[in-house]
Amino acid sequence: MAGDRDLRVVGKAHRKVDAAAKVTGTTKFADDLALPRMLWCRLLRSPHPHAEIVAIDTARALAAPGVRAVITGKDLPIPFGILPVSQDEHALCPDRVRFVGDPVAAVAATTEEAATAALDLIEVTYRTLPAIGSPEEAVATPEPRIHDYGDAGNLHKLIDLEFGDVAEGFAEADVVREDLFFFGGNTHLPMEQHAALAEWSGERKLTIWSSTQTPHYVHRALAKVLDLPPARIRVIATPNGGGFGGKSDPFGHEIVVARLAMLTGRPVKVALTREEVFYCHRGRHPTLMWVRTGVKKDGAITAMHFRSLLDGGGYGSYGVASTYYTGALQTVTYQVPRYKFQGARAFTNKPPCGPKRGHGTPQPRFALEVQLDKLAEQLDLDPAEMRLRHLQPPNAVTANWLRIGSMGLGRCIEKVVEGSGWKDKFRKLPHGRGVGLACSSYISGAGLPIYWNNMPHSGVQLRCDRGGGVTVFCGSTDIGQGSDSILAYIVAEVLGIDPFEISIVTADTDLTPIDLGSYSSRVTLMSGNAALQAAERARELIAGPAARRLDVPASRLVFAAGRVFDAEDPDKGMSFAEAVQAAEAAVGTIGTVGSYTPPRSPGRYRGAGVGPSPAYSYSACVAAVDVDPATGIVTVPTIWIAHDVGRSINAAAVLGQVEGSIYMGLGEALMEEMVHRDQERRLVHKWPSLLEYKSPTTLEMCDVVTYLVEDPDPNGPFGAKEVGQGPLLPVMPAVANAVYDAVGVRVDEVPITPEKVLKALRRKGKGEEGRVGPTSFPDVPWPEPTRVPTPWEGGDGKAADGAHPAAAVRPERQH
Amino acid sequence: MPDPKAVIALEVNGDPVEVAFAPHKTLLEVLREDLGLTGTKHGCELGECGTCAVLVDGAPVLSCLVLGLACAGRRVRTVEGMAEDGRLHPLQEAFADLGAAQCGYCTPAFLLTAEALLAANPRPTRDDIKQALAGNLCRCTGYIKIYEAVELAAARMRGEDARPAPETLYGR
Repeated sequence: MAGDRDLRVVGKAHRKVDAAAKVTGTTKFADDLALPRMLWCRLLRSPHPHAEIVAIDTARALAAPGVRAVITGKDLPIPFGILPVSQDEHALCPDRVRFVGDPVAAVAATTEEAATAALDLIEVTYRTLPAIGSPEEAVATPEPRIHDYGDAGNLHKLIDLEFGDVAEGFAEADVVREDLFFFGGNTHLPMEQHAALAEWSGERKLTIWSSTQTPHYVHRALAKVLDLPPARIRVIATPNGGGFGGKSDPFGHEIVVARLAMLTGRPVKVALTREEVFYCHRGRHPTLMWVRTGVKKDGAITAMHFRSLLDGGGYGSYGVASTYYTGALQTVTYQVPRYKFQGARAFTNKPPCGPKRGHGTPQPRFALEVQLDKLAEQLDLDPAEMRLRHLQPPNAVTANWLRIGSMGLGRCIEKVVEGSGWKDKFRKLPHGRGVGLACSSYISGAGLPIYWNNMPHSGVQLRCDRGGGVTVFCGSTDIGQGSDSILAYIVAEVLGIDPFEISIVTADTDLTPIDLGSYSSRVTLMSGNAALQAAERARELIAGPAARRLDVPASRLVFAAGRVFDAEDPDKGMSFAEAVQAAEAAVGTIGTVGSYTPPRSPGRYRGAGVGPSPAYSYSACVAAVDVDPATGIVTVPTIWIAHDVGRSINAAAVLGQVEGSIYMGLGEALMEEMVHRDQERRLVHKWPSLLEYKSPTTLEMCDVVTYLVEDPDPNGPFGAKEVGQGPLLPVMPAVANAVYDAVGVRVDEVPITPEKVLKALRRKGKGEEGRVGPTSFPDVPWPEPTRVPTPWEGGDGKAADGAHPAAAVRPERQH
Repeated sequence: MPDPKAVIALEVNGDPVEVAFAPHKTLLEVLREDLGLTGTKHGCELGECGTCAVLVDGAPVLSCLVLGLACAGRRVRTVEGMAEDGRLHPLQEAFADLGAAQCGYCTPAFLLTAEALLAANPRPTRDDIKQALAGNLCRCTGYIKIYEAVELAAARMRGEDARPAPETLYGR
């Protein structure tokens, strides 16, 4: 493969191709766009967590100065949603609101002020309904239902999967532990608020510019709800001012501005306020977890039984996938020979949860890694040593039928253990200071698309012009992670040209082939492979005519430094532009395509669609903490992190993703939390503001020491795996384990706030268990388990009863 | 009827400017909507995130909390004014070199706040940088590449032939 050559571009530290635009403020974000005669849109949102809409009177608003249109749910009656199985949202609620902030009406006016003023003139009559504030309440209150679909009452989704005989595994164990954990909900908090601008042309064609991570899915939702042929809709994803998963659902406001533009014949823009961004949410599901793990004396896991209960909020969003993800990746780090997962997602009357960086996997990873720390102590083993002994080997197939490729976790653990001075610190530091270790893994893209199809997940078109210019077209969306740059580096590597001379055109459904979107850490691997294929085809197309002109065999040609030359006589060559000209003269216009489809996963059971990935990244982390026993305040001076990225395409960009992940994990570990006031069942967001929703500033951010481990994966372009999400995962458990090392108390939930630390210390001081965390798991009506024999039981990836034959070709849940 | 517009004269990025706008508008709105300078961003419009910071008479201010009217006769500097004669400012170069701008949305405010810091303190310690930038939120970088970029730019502005440390670009 190309990765075997000497690499000239890949692996080096480069500027991003849009770096100059970013530092000069010339990058155009969605709210920076304006069109002549543009109207401004504002949305009226529900003040009730759960209510029927009895009547809406828009007459006064429509008559207000500057107002050009007012629409309500009846103007957009077709439902939508990111997953085919939960098409439960409306752009504007037609008859029921399900959380404080649910949109019910929209105004288009000549100024933003006029639109805002008109909202007060819309009269909505509500009949309030009982509200559900927590998953526990949802379990106990099947009626009235928040939605008229779902697996049971107010439980949206129920999963019960068993891989091998866990009872047998627990019987073989020397020690069996049961622990309860809670992971608090938090939100993405991108610095850019969502914005969208729509234009309806005289040719009856809709164009929408939006700060979305998933223009393809927005395209599909618009076509569905507006009942327009997709060919009449053009979606352009503007560079996102941060996404982190918060801009990966199609949103009502995008559909609303499109409808308003069609109604008024004028461009319409909406720019959400920061408060509204908190209502859009789709952030981390608050998750209650119960874990039972059996181990031998040497720490070998004999069986694991994992239960999760997710607080889904008011709508489905990605929630079915999120629920599966809370049970999918427990098996890819350490050997787990028998595994049982029960997962449930509840509807509640709060802003909908969805995918945030790590999507459904940080919560179980927190539980697993803290429990392993407790087990290591119980077995009198060093937590790092214990993990190292029982790693999954490379190329393994797990109990739940995930196929692992390259696996560098062992090297990651060794790096952070050595770098942090672990052996001199663990259990050896003075009271108040501690270190903790945790590991993790994450997918490099989901193996299956969100809606069932057998087409590629990513496509690239590439054109070469006779001036030597190369343009790369791809549907991928740059949300700051650098996906535009990745395309340039890979094409530059193959064609031997300067990455900064390549033009990149992305995220435009009229111009670029499909890429499914910037989610699930899929873009470097998938669009990178598509770009690699397109570039290799272009090189082949150019090499033949260039070789003939030089009179050397094409196999001897080198593409490098903007030239095409004979490897044995480098002076014998021509410029890249001349080579393109030779090719164009010989075969006509030079253009190629490339595409990427992930390999098929061996799992064939219902639910096997979540978890498979072309490659898994691995991370190990040591956190140092200082805990003030008087105040409970935890500060984190340093985090050491090692990440197996397969291979860096741009080392500096990889470091940036690692550091950003550590930062976001630190916020989740110590302070970030979605909290809703429950007075009189109002369930109002307690602090929908950047000031009150605490996130780390420069004063809280820790030092980060990063080690890049490169264990190339055959499925990645040049061996590359993901880095944007995985390094976040070990931070929360590493901090929790470090707090225990520092002051001997367990805070089995995040965020680890000073109040919780103090409470645990007080309990310990009174001779009670020095622990704060959940104490019970509600009685969920689990379904009959789907039993799937493991690979070592001679299984074939299907459920034992052979049920759900359709699942083999059409997994029910994807992403 | 809308309020009659106010007209003020001020200096923006070194140019004398006259601008008419509704008198309730903030400096942020005047810059973005009436002067077309969309390089200045907003994250909350409540003075909480620092994203809209610009320099007024050399000092960082949150443009969402300053009335446009209050800027009559003042010197306003935005990110659009940092590059001179087509050459990036050393801070811009360093941010680009190190990847201190990821999504780039908070970047203009960080650049201007850092520029004010370096004007007052050409040799800041890491703690000085953290203190100066504590009012600016960034969700992408974890701030680390930003500190390193400010340090690199500071060294270059002092005339040193500074290069990024290898571990800044490649890890350890």
